[in-house]
Parts: sequence; structure tokens; C-alpha cells
Amino acid sequence: MFFAGLLAVLVALGLAVARALRGPTTFDRLIAANSIGTGAILLLALFGFLTERPEFLDIALAYALLNLVGTFAVLKFFRYGALGHEGIDEEEENA
Amino acid sequence: MILELLRDVLGWVLIGGGGIFVVIGAVGLNRMPDVFTRMHATSVSDTFGTGLMLAGMMVQAGLSLVTAKLLFLLLFLWFTGPVVTHALARAAMLAGLKPVVVDDPSVEGDVAKGEKS
Repeated sequence: MFFAGLLAVLVALGLAVARALRGPTTFDRLIAANSIGTGAILLLALFGFLTERPEFLDIALAYALLNLVGTFAVLKFFRYGALGHEGIDEEEENA
Repeated sequence: MILELLRDVLGWVLIGGGGIFVVIGAVGLNRMPDVFTRMHATSVSDTFGTGLMLAGMMVQAGLSLVTAKLLFLLLFLWFTGPVVTHALARAAMLAGLKPVVVDDPSVEGDVAKGEKS
């Protein structure tokens, strides 16, 4: 059963990579990247169970944390052009 | 004996169902016409697909530290998924992307024809 799940996640990962390569805007690519990250977490957990070494779950947890921070970092970079920006935006203040 | 069988059947159902949802989400990511609907499609696989799959693994692992780790992973994914989706949608709106609506006069007939990448 873990192998069946592994195959399903691999198919989903392939489709997400297709969207990441094709996506017309940055946000499409980011959605695809986030979904690739989720797929990688599932892949790690399933692979751990398949090889009967559930220690892989620790790596999956670390990857889940990195995925969140990575997506926000890329979003912030494309919004302000720098990661050190304080986050105050004139558009938002006027709105 | 019967408990083992029950555990295996439950594991197959949960992991198989999760796999179906994950693939449906990925197909939606490719088929949907614009950014916002694509987000909607991936949220299916992010909440339900991962939820079912991790639940199936919990059933297989039994009551141990592994189950606790899986539970933490599940809770973390369920909290951060909506946060990331919200941030992405907000950033896309502020960047000037408009959602495709069906009765938009600039989109004729099939919505999918409106956007060709």
C-alpha cells in the first residue's frame, strides 16, 4: 500500500513540475513549488514506511518547516525586491 | 488476526483515497484557468490528500512515537497550508492579477480559452 501511495505522489509531483515549468506568472510557479514541497513531505514519510525506517519522518518535519519559510521568503523577495525590507508599503497605507 | 486484517484494509483505503485526492489536486493545478482557481485546486490535495495519507500511516504505525510525529506533521501542514495560500492570494491580488470570471465580457465562451500560456 505504501508503494501505491508512493506512485500516486510521484504522478502528482510530475504534474506539479509541469505547472512550475509552464506557469505564466510567478505566483503560478510558487503554487507549484509549494505543492512540490508538500509532495516531497509525503514522499519522505511514505518512503520511510516502505523501507521500515520511520526516522525519515524527522526529515519530513524539517522539510515542512523549510517549505513554509521558503515560500514566504520568495514571496517577500518578489514583492519588495529585497529580503531585508521592513514591509511597509505605500499602497497598503493608502488603501 | 482479524485486527491485522482490519488494519491493512483501513490502511489501503486511507492511503489509496489520499493518493486519489493528491492526483486530483495536481490535475487541477494543470487544468484550471487562472492563479486563484489553481490555488483552490491545490488546497484540496494539501488538506485532504495529505490528511488521508498521514492518517493511513498512523493506522499502520500503531500507538508509538511515530504516530505522534505524524500527528505533528499533519497539524503543521493543516495550519501552514491556508496561511501560505492566503499570502499567495494576497500577493497576487496586490500584484494586479484579476480572477477570471465567467460573465466577463472579455472572456468568450469557454473560460479555458481565455488564457493560453
